[in-house]
Amino acid sequence: MSCLQTIADYGLRSIGIGERLLPKTDFSLCQQFTLIGSGLIWNVYFGVFALLCGFVFANALALAKASRHAVARKPAEWFIFVFRGSPLFIQFFLAYEALVLLPREGIDLFGIVFEVSWLSRAWAGALIVLFLNTAAYSAEIFYGALRSIPKGDLEAADAYGISGWSRFMRIQWPTMMRLAWPAYTNEAIFLFHATTLVFFSGFPAFGQRGDALYYASYFVDKTFNPFTPYPIVAFYFILLTLALIWIFGAINRRLNRHLPSNERSKIKLRPQIIR
Amino acid sequence: MFSSCVDPSSLQGLNWLSCYLTTGKHIDFYWSFLTVLTLLVVTAPTALAFGFGGAMLARSPHLPLRILGKGYTAMVRGIPDIVFFLFFVIALDQSIEWLVHQVRCPDWTDPIRNGLEFRVCPQAKVPQNSSPQVWHSIYGFVLAVITFALVFGAFAANVLYGAMQAVPRAQLETAEAYGMNHGQVFRRVLVPQMWVYALPGLSNLWMILIKATPLLFLLGVQDIVYWARELGGAKTAVYAFPHPDWRLYYFLALLVFYLAMTKFSEVVLTRVQNRLSHGQATAAGEAQRKAAT
Amino acid sequence: MKKLILTTALLALTAGAASAQTIRLGTEGAYPPYNFINDAGEVDGFEREVGDKLCELAALTCEWVTTDWDGIIPNLQSGNYDVIIAGMNITAERAEVLAFTQNYIPPATSAYMALSADTDVMGGVVSAQTGTVQSAHVAASGATLVEFATPDETVAAVRNGEADAVFADKDYLVPILEQSGGQFAWAGEEVQIGDGVGMGLRKSDTELRDKFDAAIATMKADGSLNTLIVKWFGDKVATY
Repeated sequence: MSCLQTIADYGLRSIGIGERLLPKTDFSLCQQFTLIGSGLIWNVYFGVFALLCGFVFANALALAKASRHAVARKPAEWFIFVFRGSPLFIQFFLAYEALVLLPREGIDLFGIVFEVSWLSRAWAGALIVLFLNTAAYSAEIFYGALRSIPKGDLEAADAYGISGWSRFMRIQWPTMMRLAWPAYTNEAIFLFHATTLVFFSGFPAFGQRGDALYYASYFVDKTFNPFTPYPIVAFYFILLTLALIWIFGAINRRLNRHLPSNERSKIKLRPQIIR
Repeated sequence: MFSSCVDPSSLQGLNWLSCYLTTGKHIDFYWSFLTVLTLLVVTAPTALAFGFGGAMLARSPHLPLRILGKGYTAMVRGIPDIVFFLFFVIALDQSIEWLVHQVRCPDWTDPIRNGLEFRVCPQAKVPQNSSPQVWHSIYGFVLAVITFALVFGAFAANVLYGAMQAVPRAQLETAEAYGMNHGQVFRRVLVPQMWVYALPGLSNLWMILIKATPLLFLLGVQDIVYWARELGGAKTAVYAFPHPDWRLYYFLALLVFYLAMTKFSEVVLTRVQNRLSHGQATAAGEAQRKAAT
Repeated sequence: MKKLILTTALLALTAGAASAQTIRLGTEGAYPPYNFINDAGEVDGFEREVGDKLCELAALTCEWVTTDWDGIIPNLQSGNYDVIIAGMNITAERAEVLAFTQNYIPPATSAYMALSADTDVMGGVVSAQTGTVQSAHVAASGATLVEFATPDETVAAVRNGEADAVFADKDYLVPILEQSGGQFAWAGEEVQIGDGVGMGLRKSDTELRDKFDAAIATMKADGSLNTLIVKWFGDKVATY
């Protein structure tokens, strides 16, 4: 079987398109690269959607944490503490155990029955956990940035008579983003790395559709050789990381385009977060 | 443990629970918390040493060394730690045995790699097959520590490298003006000053390390996650204490443990930070000075 | 792979202390009544008794090690223990990489267990343990396979409705079904998979394999193996 044929058969296997059964013989390099790459679709899916939703929620959380009112501040502080203070591994596990307890027949609200059993599937349940998790980490980053906005910026805004919502949107938020962006880039990278934990703890794979690491362990299980599949996963993730650095770098340049080139904050990759 | 626990099937309510929570398996579970704490205590300094080496390499004037240092820190950032853990431990184990094999069995003619098998002479097994189980456990634990230290050493290298760069250039130039050579500047000026700059990053790293400990169970050490899974699973009557699926409760206990660890570390690290900032020419030190007057 | 040396510190000091060789027996410790970790924290179960007896007959000193199921073969290959004795079915696929002894449990049936007897096990969602003969069977059967790392989780999935049925060795499911108070029922057809349960060794360890082979033959001949099978699996199962 040619490699192109393998790619056609297994390239989208992780989302249920193509051959129904996984390869049982051969386990050629081509098969391994194709299937593990196909699994990467899930890693990208989890990473992208968790980041997008998490970004919005993190902004709200950061504002709540910086709020003067305890009603807003306390819940935000607790939320951030719980999700930053415990391992993602355990969060996945607890979330799965809790989600399967939901009633199978759905929840009856005012006569309308809401189907909820899909929540325990990885595509929804794990996404929720990753979303909440990245929101907590990003909120802490944004909160830190919010507090380091130069006092002069705010005073200037006051002097121009800009206040309230427009002061936030036009002065505070852009500066906050600019300050937070390097740390947020790290968060994004580690979020993508964390997606490998989805099928490893808690969430089961249905119909042998899993992420990159799931297929890697399938091959290890079949070939009993860990020295090929895992480095392939590593290879894919290095590519993914480089792509992320490139995208976030482009956004960073845009955020800083008004500054003289020597003052622009370069993205320094620091180990802000792994879980 | 208690004499009343001899016949578990006759026990009720609290008695049953107290007997259940003191079975040999649960004692193992409690000890495994100590395993996790030991790992933290042993890994932190080891990782710091690795990080120090990495940061020094990354600053080296020689290009090959610099590439080595930077490559080391970049590697861990590109690869998810879990993938690294999964194959590194076996690779490390096999390379150790291969080295011992070369020393102890120079006359061995059979191939070491035979298809999928990895086979060294019996004398090269680390630890020896006949050695007590406790040595196998310790060896497994040491491998885990080395793996953790390598990964976190790369992160520490990042932090320390940044801290070294943050020490004001003028300080180093002054030292050079006093006639100190490269090593002296490094030892007497750079290293003592960098810790203040490194501490926030290092405390962050410590928090990360705490949260990475559940991965121990991937490395084959019987840690708290292993026992929580084992104890929490539904038990049929073949066990002395049958019960339904209780994993949720066990994992909730782990959650509480980790949150407590985080809180405790936060409190201690804030204190250390305050202590270190005292009298320093940094913003934090300045704030302390103002608050005092 | 992942489980390097999971450690349950137990010494199975068998008779015949004269033998110098220590053999490490690797098992899963999560598959009652085949093998499990009892409340004292020791490996227990049918295979513990059989293994200890076999070591005694072969005049070997044996020690028990537990490891995760999905790393059980790679860890054998890299020499972390010498024998797999973990309810492992002899299949052609595994025989390509392992040397099996003769079986010490006759070819056993695998069965579907579900909440009701009329569950569609060929079209529904069926749970099985990752990397078992059963999971391969479900994947090929047309049902949607849902995989879990431990056998316990596969049963929990049926209980909480994630899966319609669980497919596993019948002997593993029997006590669970009996003690469920009518919650579970058998569903679908029983299936014969594999050539019975045997011990797995590295292919190069022919000498050791022959020793265990002979010991199993002895136990089959004197009936002591049957006694143990009846003790742990009840008198309804196949014996020698």
